[in-house]
Amino acid sequence: MLSRVADSCYWLSRYIERAETSARILDVNMQLLLDLEDSSPEAIQRHWQPVLATLEDQELFTKTYDTITADAVMEFVTFDKKNPSSIVSCIGNARENARTVREQISSEMWEQLNRTYLYLRDGGGRHDFQDSPIDFYRRLVDILHGFQGTTDATMTHGEGWDFLQLGKYLERADSATRVLDIKYHILLPKGEQVGGHVDVTQWMAVLRSCSAMEAYFKINVGHVSGWQVAEFLVLHDEFPRSIRFCVDRVDGALHRISGCDRAHFSNEAERLSGMLKSNLGYTTIESVFQQGLHQFLDQTQARLNEISAAATKTYCYWMDESAQTQVQA
Amino acid sequence: MKGLFKDYEVGDFFDEMFSAPGQVRPHYDLLYQRFQEMEVDEFERKCALAEKSYLNQGITFTVYSGDEGTERIFPFDLIPRIIPGKEWEHVERGLVQRLTALNMFLHDVYHDQRIVKEGLIPSEIVNSAKHFRPEFMGFDVPRNIYIHVCGTDLIRDRQGNYTVLEDNGRCPSGVSYVLENRQAMKRVFPKLFTKYAVRPVDRYAQDLLAALRYCAPGGNPDPTVVVLTPGIYNSAYFEHSFLARSMGIEIVTGNDLVVQNSRVYMKTTKGLKQVDVIYRRIDDDFLDPTVFRKDSVLGVPGLVEAYSKGYVALANSIGTGVADDKVTYYYVPKMIKFYLGEDPILPNVDTYLTSDDTERKYVLDNLEKLVVKAANESGGYGMLIGPHATKEQVEKFRAAIIADPRGYIAQPVINLSRSPSFCDGAIEGRHIDLRPYIISGEKTSIIPGGLTRVALRKGSLVVNSSQGGGSKDTWVLDGEEED
Repeated sequence: MLSRVADSCYWLSRYIERAETSARILDVNMQLLLDLEDSSPEAIQRHWQPVLATLEDQELFTKTYDTITADAVMEFVTFDKKNPSSIVSCIGNARENARTVREQISSEMWEQLNRTYLYLRDGGGRHDFQDSPIDFYRRLVDILHGFQGTTDATMTHGEGWDFLQLGKYLERADSATRVLDIKYHILLPKGEQVGGHVDVTQWMAVLRSCSAMEAYFKINVGHVSGWQVAEFLVLHDEFPRSIRFCVDRVDGALHRISGCDRAHFSNEAERLSGMLKSNLGYTTIESVFQQGLHQFLDQTQARLNEISAAATKTYCYWMDESAQTQVQA
Repeated sequence: MKGLFKDYEVGDFFDEMFSAPGQVRPHYDLLYQRFQEMEVDEFERKCALAEKSYLNQGITFTVYSGDEGTERIFPFDLIPRIIPGKEWEHVERGLVQRLTALNMFLHDVYHDQRIVKEGLIPSEIVNSAKHFRPEFMGFDVPRNIYIHVCGTDLIRDRQGNYTVLEDNGRCPSGVSYVLENRQAMKRVFPKLFTKYAVRPVDRYAQDLLAALRYCAPGGNPDPTVVVLTPGIYNSAYFEHSFLARSMGIEIVTGNDLVVQNSRVYMKTTKGLKQVDVIYRRIDDDFLDPTVFRKDSVLGVPGLVEAYSKGYVALANSIGTGVADDKVTYYYVPKMIKFYLGEDPILPNVDTYLTSDDTERKYVLDNLEKLVVKAANESGGYGMLIGPHATKEQVEKFRAAIIADPRGYIAQPVINLSRSPSFCDGAIEGRHIDLRPYIISGEKTSIIPGGLTRVALRKGSLVVNSSQGGGSKDTWVLDGEEED
């Protein structure tokens, strides 16, 4: 497979996943807003500021918008074309990448992605958003899930597919670290305690934004705590949005691409993914909290970035630097 | 008349569908009946349906203005152009004859120049052609095929005779629309296809791939073939990607290729892989910055050397532009006679060479009545349509012709045939042409029909998409259904 094509498949997939994460976070935050007892501008700011922090978009936001309001943040993260990681930009970038690899992906995938793009641009997306932002974000997440299903069902599960998986799971693992970290940025209102009802609501929002609520309650019946939520989203081995699960898939995709046995490595990307995979497999939530959840998440993000860089170096080292304009947001 | 055609005016033109007002040509009869059952709003719904399907599939070209491009679909008219089988056979024979002669001409031009020595074409015409590549004198192209894919534009005159307007022997585009238009028509009017025996066009990609494989260096039976595109910002990118997908081969940009030891390789995740045949959709000038245009970022340094040494084949070959130069065009009927000893089956449009003193005088005295074309432009650019032009435009061309007589040709205005087309809520006659795609490989083949382009602006004679043109599906009927 052409290096450029591999690179485009990889990024196409990352952008799709990134758009989905943003839609989830906005959906959940919108819902939380409805539970907010204090509706002063300060409280609203406190409520939305973590979204910007999680998506690492704060600086650009303050350049364009005066104050943090629900409308401004949603506009910025959803439709703002000047924001390179807005949902519209992500879908636009995914589509540009898809256009360059149309001979690799199925027509069904292309058409679904193209329709999504047209929907967001002027084909009714804005209208749906104005009717009900929550329904709009859900619909978007649904559409993007549809894309994953179409990919699974219509594309040959060969090298191109493996690069799509690599991008998807790397991005998803990265998103999980960010969503979990959102709690780090949310300050509990004065007088609220850890384990109090505001704290629980916030942790439940974290679960919801990963579609993890139902799965979580099957294991932790009727009880929500930061400790258990973190354990679930970091270390669960079967939940498809946990960091451990995603890293395992990253490692699998890398090994399928090279044809190397899972117990060994044939390049730097595989070595790094194998190490992260076994770290996650043999760590406990106790030791994560001992290190500090925020620090652990930060470090995991850095390790995911290293895997991404090593994979690019291994498979796309032919490419001119000028062609590598797509960067980690 | 009633229904959709009730206000239709045939006008003083050759009309594809009506032989006289109210007189439907027999091969259009079934179509006429079907359309008469329809109301305007039903027809409009069908148009919207077709348009939406093009948009959803991303069958678009990008027009750049301001900071972001807008994507447009190439306008598609739902009323097909129908060609009876026998009529097509005649056209097909004429096209095969013409491309055979053009390929023989190119071989001759790059070898002995017999046609020049025997005085049929003045040597300065060949040597001054903008796309003549003297670097390739004496060079043998694989299988002696220069033009692998030719798009020859045909028009029909007042009497309905098929006449050649120009040949496109470099990188003719538009074939993807032929195939996509057919898909769209099948979706919109499935029943009509059960009534008409329309000859299918789907084998184009297989024919093209076979021709490309045929010219692999050293007769390699299992060559690696790629499509070389300028990239996604090129207006024909959709087509490049469409063809690559339909043939099941890689589409590459210049950056994906590298030349080492005069071999061309593509950069893959598993290392370098040698490429044997390149279907290039990049003009000669941009192919290799070390040989042609130094500022080209689209090409591949060293590609021309690899080609000259015979390690890679290019389709079309380098230097075919000398054959589709509009001055060369003037000589094609003579070439057919010279190389094949046959009379041309399809005539040229009468053409005046402004490099000839007598003809130039005539042209300059009659500019208001003539069409003037720059010898090396395409896409409807560099063209003067005398009767429709302003005084200033006429004078501009007068000065240009005097300054560069070799740079222009002139032709009488031909009122291309008209076909009923749906414009602004009604069916009206619009001028059309026809671009069949001729593939030359082990044998020469043409998919039935080609791209019918239609000048959607009222009264316009220019069918190019950059000038407000659209397209129609072209139906060639199986021989049985004669009229």
